[in-house]
Amino acid sequence: MFDFVNKKIRFFAISGVLILICIISLSSLGLKAGIEFSGGLQLTLSFNEDVELGELKRELDNLGYGNAIVQQALGSGDFLVRTFELSTSEEVQLVNELAVIFGPLDSRSDDISPITARETTNITTIAIAIAAVGIMLYVTWAFRRMPKPFRYGTCAIIALLHDALIALGVFSILSGILDWEINLMFITGILAVIGYSVNNTVVIFDRIRDNLSRSEDDDFGVVVNNSLAESLTRSINTSLTTIIVVLALLLFVGSTIQNFAVVLITGIIAGTFSSLFIAPLLLIVWENREWPPFFRWLPFLKSNSRK
Amino acid sequence: MNARNLLVLLTLVIIFILSLLIVLPIDKGMLFGRGMLLGLDLQGGIRLVYQADLSSVEAGREDEIIDGVVAVIANRVNPLGVTEPIISKQGDDRIVVELPGIDITDVQKERIGRTALLEFRELVIEDGEEKWIAATGTIDGEERVLNSSYFKENTYVTRDNFGKIELIFEWDEEGSQLSEQITSRLLGQPLGIFEGDESLKGEDGQPITPIIQAIITNIGSITGLSVNEATELSKQLNAGRLPVPLEVIYEENVSPALGADFIELSAKAGIIGIVLILLFMILYYRIPGLVASLALVFYGVVVLAIFKLISVTLTLAGIGGFVLSIGMAVDANVLIFERMKEELQAGRTLGAAVKAGFGRAWTAIRDSNITTFIVCIILIWVGSQIVAGAPVQGFGLTLLIGVAVSMFTAIIVTRTLLRLFVGSNLAKRTSLFSPYLGKKDV
Repeated sequence: MFDFVNKKIRFFAISGVLILICIISLSSLGLKAGIEFSGGLQLTLSFNEDVELGELKRELDNLGYGNAIVQQALGSGDFLVRTFELSTSEEVQLVNELAVIFGPLDSRSDDISPITARETTNITTIAIAIAAVGIMLYVTWAFRRMPKPFRYGTCAIIALLHDALIALGVFSILSGILDWEINLMFITGILAVIGYSVNNTVVIFDRIRDNLSRSEDDDFGVVVNNSLAESLTRSINTSLTTIIVVLALLLFVGSTIQNFAVVLITGIIAGTFSSLFIAPLLLIVWENREWPPFFRWLPFLKSNSRK
Repeated sequence: MNARNLLVLLTLVIIFILSLLIVLPIDKGMLFGRGMLLGLDLQGGIRLVYQADLSSVEAGREDEIIDGVVAVIANRVNPLGVTEPIISKQGDDRIVVELPGIDITDVQKERIGRTALLEFRELVIEDGEEKWIAATGTIDGEERVLNSSYFKENTYVTRDNFGKIELIFEWDEEGSQLSEQITSRLLGQPLGIFEGDESLKGEDGQPITPIIQAIITNIGSITGLSVNEATELSKQLNAGRLPVPLEVIYEENVSPALGADFIELSAKAGIIGIVLILLFMILYYRIPGLVASLALVFYGVVVLAIFKLISVTLTLAGIGGFVLSIGMAVDANVLIFERMKEELQAGRTLGAAVKAGFGRAWTAIRDSNITTFIVCIILIWVGSQIVAGAPVQGFGLTLLIGVAVSMFTAIIVTRTLLRLFVGSNLAKRTSLFSPYLGKKDV
C-alpha cells in the first residue's frame, strides 16, 4: 500500500508552494471589484452576427467608453461590458449605437448604485465568517465521540482556507490577465467550494473514525494511511463527476456564471487535494507533535500550533 | 424481505411516473398543469429595487408608509399589462418591483418610482446667485411648505382658449390659506414647480416657471406640459402619490430573447453533463453504475417535480445549482459502491456486500452532506439580504433541495434495485458488480 504518511512533507511542500504563489499573486495583482462591490453598470451583449472582441473594444472607445472593461464569455460567446454608472438614457443610447454598428443584439443590463456596495461587502464577509465558524463547530460536533474532536474541526478549517486561498489566488491571476472581477457569483462559488471542501474532508475523517473503532493496530499514522488509501478512488471519482458538470456549465453556458464555474473547478481540485493530503496528514502531525520541522517550511501553521 | 423490496420498488415506480407527469411538458405539466417558474434572467424583463427615503417619516410609522408605497406602485404597474408583476418589500426600507417578460420604455419605467409630489418654490438671490427655495406660508403659527399634498384629488387636464394643455388643480382648505399668503407675497414674480430637486419641464424641455398674475386662493393651473405628461401627472396626483421619495438602487434589464438562449444553453450543458456522468458510472462501476444511473435519472425528474410543486423560481444560477447537485448526487453512490467493492474483495456474497456497503457508508453520506446544507442556508440568507442577491438565493435553494433529495434517491433507489440482483444468477459473477476486482492494491 502506498505510504502517504511518510510523504507528508512533500504534500505540505506542494501546498506551501501553491499558497505562496497565490499570496504573491494576490498581493501584486490583487482582485478587481465587480459591480456588486463597487457600483456601476454591466452590460451583457449577445450579437446576432459574429463580432470580434477587438472590434467591439475599438468601437466602444470611439463612442467614448474607452475605459470600459470588455470580456468575451466562454460558452454563449456573449460580451460582458463593465462601465461606470450610466443614466438609463445613456445606456439605451449606447446599446442602440452598438446595434447600428454591429447589427441586432439582445442585451441584459445590471445597474447597481454604489451606495449598496458597502452593505454587500459586509454581508458577504459575515456570510463567509459564519460559514467557516459554523462548519468548524459542526465538524467538531460530528466527531464528538472521538478523542480531541476539536482537532478534526480545526484541520477541516485549515483545508478549507487552503482551498479558498487557492481559488482566490487563481482568480487574481485571471483578473490580472483577463480583467475578471469579483462579483456575487464569485462569492457564491467560494461558499460552494467551502461546502464542497469540507464535504470531502468529512468523508475521509469518517473513514478514519470507522477504521479507528475497528482497528487492532494502535498506530494512528497507519490507520490514517489506510483510510486515505481506501478513500482515494472515491474522492477522485466524486470530484470527477462534479467537475464534468461544472465544466459543461462553463463551456456551454458561460456568461454571468462563468466566474462561478471557474472558482468551483479550481476549488474542487484544490479541495480534493487538501481533503486527502492536508487535513488528515495535519491530524497526524498534531497527534504525534511533529510541529517543529514545519515551522521553517510553512509559516502559516505557526499560529495554529499553539492551540 | 423480497416482497417488501418489491413493494418499495413499486412505490418508487409510482413516484417516478407521477413526477414525470408533473414535469412534462415543462411549460404545463400533465398533472397539476404547472409550468416551471422562470426568473427574470431567463424570461426577460425588468427588476427594479427602490430605496425609500424615510428620513422625514415619524418613528413607528415606517411600515405603514412602505405598505402605502407598495400599494401605489402596484396601481401604477397594473396598466402596463404585465402578467405576473411582483411588488414586494425587501428589508425595512426597500421595494422590489419585478416585471417579467416585458420591455418597457424609459418613460414608463420612470413613472413607476415617481414621487409625484410637486413643490412650489420661489426665486431668491443669495450671495449674488439665483436660487430656488421652497415657498412657505404659516398656518396656526407653523411654517409650512406649499406642495401638491394640499391638492384636492380632482385634478384634470383640459385645453385653454389658445389650445394649450392645462392641468387644473384645486387647493384644499390649508392649501388655500398657504397659496393666498404666498401668491399675494410673490405677485408678479416667478413661481417654480419642482418634483424632487428637478424643475418640472414643459413639452419644449424648458422649466415651467409661471409668473404669478393674480392671487390664487382656490383653483390653479399648470400650463406647458405635453398631453401625455399632463394626463399621467394628473392621474398620479389624484390617486397615486408616493408618500416618500424613492431612489433606484438596482436595475436589472434582460431582453426576453437573451433569456431564452440561456434556457437552451443550460439545458444542453445539463444533458451533456448527465450523459457523461452516466457513461462514467456505467463503465467504471458496471451493474451498480447502471443502477446508479437509473437512480440519477429518477433523481433529476423528482427534483424538477419538486421545483414545480413548491414553486421554485429558476434562475441561471439556480440551474447551476441543480446541475452541480447532479454531479454531487452520485457521490453517495460512489461511497456505497467503494464500500461494496471492499466487501466483495474480502470474499463476501453480493447480498452481504450490499448490506454492509449501505450500512457503513451512511454516516459519511449524512455527515458530509450536512456541511453542504450549512453553506446552502447561508447562501439563501445572503441572497435575501443583498440588493442583487436573487441569483445567490436561487443557487442556494436548488442546491439544498438537490442534495436533500439525492440522499434519498442514492440510497433508497439504488438499494432497492441492487437487491433485485441478490440471489439471481448474475450475483454469482461478482466482477459485474465491482471494478478491478482481484487487484488488492489501489
